[in-house]
Amino acid sequence: MAPENKLDKSKMVVVEGSYAVAHAVKVCRPNVISAYPITPQTHIVEDLSQFMADGEIPNCEYINVESEFSALSALVGSSAAGARCYSATTSQGLELMHEVLFNVAGMRLPVMMTIANRAVSAPISIWNDHQDAISQRDTGWIQLYAENTQEISDMTAQAYKISEDKDILLPSMTCMDGFILSHVYEPVVLLEQDLTDEFLPTYEPDHVLDPKNPVSFGAFADPNYYTEFRYLQEQAMQKALKKIEDVANEFYDVYGRYYGGLIDEYRTDDADIIIMAMGSIVGTIKDVIDKLRDRNVKVGVLKVRSFRPFPVEAIKNAVKDAKVVVVLDKNISLGLNEGALFTETKSSLYNTDVRIPVVGYMIGHGGRDIKVDTIEKIIDEATEVMKTGIKIESQFTDVKEELL
Amino acid sequence: MKSLLAPGHRGCAGCCDAMAAKFALMGAGEDCIVINPTGCLEVMTTPFPETAWEVPWVHSLFENAAAVGSGVEAALKALGKKEKTKVLVMGGDGATLDIGMRSISGAFERGHDLTYVCIDNEAYMNTGVQRSGATPYNASTTTSPAGKVSFGNNRPKKNMPAIMAAHGAPYVATTSIGFPKDMIKKVATATEIEGPTYIHAHAPCTTGWGFDTSKTVEVAKMAVQTGLWPLYEMEDGEVTKVRKLGKNIKPVEDYLKMQRRFSHLFKMEGGAEEIAKIQAIADKNIEVYGL
Repeated sequence: MAPENKLDKSKMVVVEGSYAVAHAVKVCRPNVISAYPITPQTHIVEDLSQFMADGEIPNCEYINVESEFSALSALVGSSAAGARCYSATTSQGLELMHEVLFNVAGMRLPVMMTIANRAVSAPISIWNDHQDAISQRDTGWIQLYAENTQEISDMTAQAYKISEDKDILLPSMTCMDGFILSHVYEPVVLLEQDLTDEFLPTYEPDHVLDPKNPVSFGAFADPNYYTEFRYLQEQAMQKALKKIEDVANEFYDVYGRYYGGLIDEYRTDDADIIIMAMGSIVGTIKDVIDKLRDRNVKVGVLKVRSFRPFPVEAIKNAVKDAKVVVVLDKNISLGLNEGALFTETKSSLYNTDVRIPVVGYMIGHGGRDIKVDTIEKIIDEATEVMKTGIKIESQFTDVKEELL
Repeated sequence: MKSLLAPGHRGCAGCCDAMAAKFALMGAGEDCIVINPTGCLEVMTTPFPETAWEVPWVHSLFENAAAVGSGVEAALKALGKKEKTKVLVMGGDGATLDIGMRSISGAFERGHDLTYVCIDNEAYMNTGVQRSGATPYNASTTTSPAGKVSFGNNRPKKNMPAIMAAHGAPYVATTSIGFPKDMIKKVATATEIEGPTYIHAHAPCTTGWGFDTSKTVEVAKMAVQTGLWPLYEMEDGEVTKVRKLGKNIKPVEDYLKMQRRFSHLFKMEGGAEEIAKIQAIADKNIEVYGL
């Protein structure tokens, strides 16, 4: 059984999601923040800049870089020199960082970034979907997705603790839906400094750039060595599966708040239909499920918090007794007509004894509103799949035929 | 003076990068952290699990060394370690004048306390001698080859020291591996000054330029003696010191003749006129800098 979430309402304040994240970063005591503004991430770095201007983040340098490429590049140097580092970005900014993302991960630097997820151009769009982060799937970063502002705030401290573990040493991106979470004002309990100090130890790396003990970072590896570096990165990812669960529980022990580990389940125990999704859409789905449960439709939701590492076992165990699994993706792998979560879920089940239909919907691209009616329609279609089997494996939803 | 670049690296015989790195480290001293973008220097000194660096060293990517250096500097400040430790970025002309330009511009505009040394061998040597923004007029490279209708690279070198001075750098200097004491002294000066400082080191490449491996220093000296590569220092945007050539100014022809990359100028019709244009570049330097 998942621990009960003990949100202390007396401590709640109404703040913007971006502020909650910036505040969480502040209490995690970063040494170097390096960022370039981009909508809808901007408010996070503005709030951090104000904290800096007010002298509220001690022992920290803020670098106003000239691009996202340099934002993350600077953190390569900072992290290698022993600093706890932070950046935030989204969309084109994250794509611009692409090459550096590999570098940070390959050098095993536990850098942490918040991604305010946004669509990528062309056509240019500032609104939310998950294409930006999903497109960085194979860069070696841990990717965690949050459902609401309380979770993204708390995930900030969790991500540092996961990344900086000496068995892991992988960078993390915590993902929040752009605008939907970054710009929403809702009640949250901000991370407390004393509890965070108790939860998150000081970053004390074993290897740093230090003239007293010179080491070389980022040497080149010929075919005799390169494979082993990749192998060790994957081993660390596999270890992170347990670490993410452990840290979620450790967080609960200190703060009394819990959102799931690798995944979270809602009303799945006896569910015939399980809807899988990542991010803020999960809240909408929960509302629909409550409504349908009142009408005795046996449906539940499986929230995926960790997309990398991918929780193969957790997902298999969660869906094994269902009759149909529906995966909603705010992204598409062009050329396959599938979203990434759908593809990964099918792949996870293929060589197992869990033989259930899995259908996928690509939804909410470029910030298109995801309506309750659409979720209900998808659940209706899943009910049909239970009776007749799969007719359409993966499809876009809410396409305006009249515009085509 | 101790060399902080260990012997046993994999540089070519007569390698300019090895000399440049060694001299730069002699100038900076052992309490420094080196950031090195992709290029010959990186590849020849760090084949895992070996390293030739006796100071802390980090490589990230081709185009971001100055940004990585910014981060190192910021971390040292935040962690209270900046007081003594120097941040030394060393990149080739490709990483500096071309692909890394944005990153360098950003680091200098922000005023990080670091020294950037450009080791300029005037083409992309690590990938096999392709032209860069530092390739001189009429040099033949694999992507600006001399041919029936071409004398090679048809543009003059980008004036990087002037660009860096325009960023408001408190100290900018040119130097050459043909003048080790000059280079060591200028790097020492640069690393002592607070703020972003820039050293542009001319560095003839035996492989890419086509001269005997024993001639690196000789060729380097000749570039200076012809006036093609003037040695000067700039403080706050003004030229304050110049290395005078006196009466021993050599004709550019003597310099060009030493190198295969200019050999077409001595064979092709119209080559003499092209050599005269190169002489005009040197003459202008001699006039402008009062060599």
